[in-house]
Amino acid sequence: MDPGAPLRCVRDDVADGATARQIAMIAAFFERLNETQGLNFSVFYDAFDRSRFLTGLWTTSYICVVAILASLLLGLLGVWVAGSGSRLGRLLVRAYVQFFRNTPPLVQLSFFYFAVGGLLPTVSDGFGGQSPLVSGTGWAIIALSLFAGAFNVEIFRAGIEAVPSTTVEAAESLGYTRLQLYIHVVLPLAFRICLPALNNNLVNLVKTTTLAYAIGVPELLYAASQIWSESFNVREMMNVLLVTYVLLVAVLVFVMGRWERAMRIPGYST
Amino acid sequence: MASRHQLGEPVVVVAGVEKSFGSFKVLKDVGLIVRRGETVCIIGPSGSGKSTLLRCINGLVPISKGSITVAGREVNDPRLDKLSLRRDVGIVFQQYNLFPHKSALQNVMMAPIHVLKQDKAEVEERARRLLAKVGLSDKLASYPGELSGGQQQRVAIARSLAMNPKVMLFDEVTAALDPETKKEVLVTIQDLAAEGMTCILVTHEMGFAREVADHVYFTDGGLIVEHGPPAELFGAPREERTKAFLDKVL
Repeated sequence: MDPGAPLRCVRDDVADGATARQIAMIAAFFERLNETQGLNFSVFYDAFDRSRFLTGLWTTSYICVVAILASLLLGLLGVWVAGSGSRLGRLLVRAYVQFFRNTPPLVQLSFFYFAVGGLLPTVSDGFGGQSPLVSGTGWAIIALSLFAGAFNVEIFRAGIEAVPSTTVEAAESLGYTRLQLYIHVVLPLAFRICLPALNNNLVNLVKTTTLAYAIGVPELLYAASQIWSESFNVREMMNVLLVTYVLLVAVLVFVMGRWERAMRIPGYST
Repeated sequence: MASRHQLGEPVVVVAGVEKSFGSFKVLKDVGLIVRRGETVCIIGPSGSGKSTLLRCINGLVPISKGSITVAGREVNDPRLDKLSLRRDVGIVFQQYNLFPHKSALQNVMMAPIHVLKQDKAEVEERARRLLAKVGLSDKLASYPGELSGGQQQRVAIARSLAMNPKVMLFDEVTAALDPETKKEVLVTIQDLAAEGMTCILVTHEMGFAREVADHVYFTDGGLIVEHGPPAELFGAPREERTKAFLDKVL
């Protein structure tokens, strides 16, 4: 991933016409606010601070999207293995869920970054230096996916158990194999049942991405702390940070809400 | 009334079947034969193992002892291809058990497409025909939650028929319905039987059994107490237990 890439697009957008004028007006307003009231929202008028903050926003969004998708996949894989006949598989999934559910995510993150990351070989970065095989962002994604995935296994399991056994029986007597049964009957119903719980977990995941700060991933909190330690505007940046997370979670909740409505079944209540 | 149909070879043969759940013996030495085109009703008090017997026939419940063959296949042979068995045996449940997230038409189309891998356009045409046959042409796009119990049950019958089964099992399919909707389902089954579909019904509808069945089995306590043509079994039961049961329900 190149966190710098999207910024260039943002600047390109900024460069054209009406948007540029609006941005300039907003910048002028915040610059004046700083001069007259001493409220320093540097991210709105200082190009350097803004680009740092947007890089953080992009990194956080990137970690969120990849970790959400990976954790959903892990959850599905987990219930699939746990539900298959294999005793070993069941045991492994149980161990995974227990481990990642019962240890603090910050410790997990540190474990992956410092303990596991330290064991991996480094690769040449093409400029004569050596860089780690997996970046801090990479480890954050891996650790957070595993963390949220453990909860997703439990959430999906609850959803699957809530699918009436009689519905499963009906599919079995129509000759469905276990895979077909899962794909066409059990998962579509289980998904609808567990969506509220899934929503909660994914919102939590978005908020937990701030822990990546601890291993130096340039996400939102990290970017904000860099800005406030140079511009001495801790109070302002805290507010910006909180509002940004509210908006970020609102986007997720909106998407999940749309999904939930799209999956609503006429005449069926769970 | 075997003369009503040109009866063919045996489709379902149950011999010496026993089934225990833990230490509780639900079926003790049960035997019956159902020939092609025949309609057989199984009656008896609750808990006599009627539904369990049906579930054993399509392999949903494994038997403890004895043998069940469907179209010449031993149901409890571990090497048996369960899919091919279930293709031949349709079952309709008391609680309909439709797929709630699919429309009536999709419910009927799903298994032939997913399980039999048949051509979608062909399946859809057949599904429309089957739903028309059970009188639901105007409900193709409705979801199960939007249908009455009787309508759902007729969709369930169409769903089973879409697999072109050799035998249809009906497990107390009208038990959850009110008298009005009950009738529409019973008429559907009666039409099927008249067309020569092999049917095994577990039922509490004595009037229906008497009218439609070619052969009636009375079960009690995991045993087949008595069986015979409906006129005989209902008109002149030989066993005391049959008499006592019929006195209570008729």
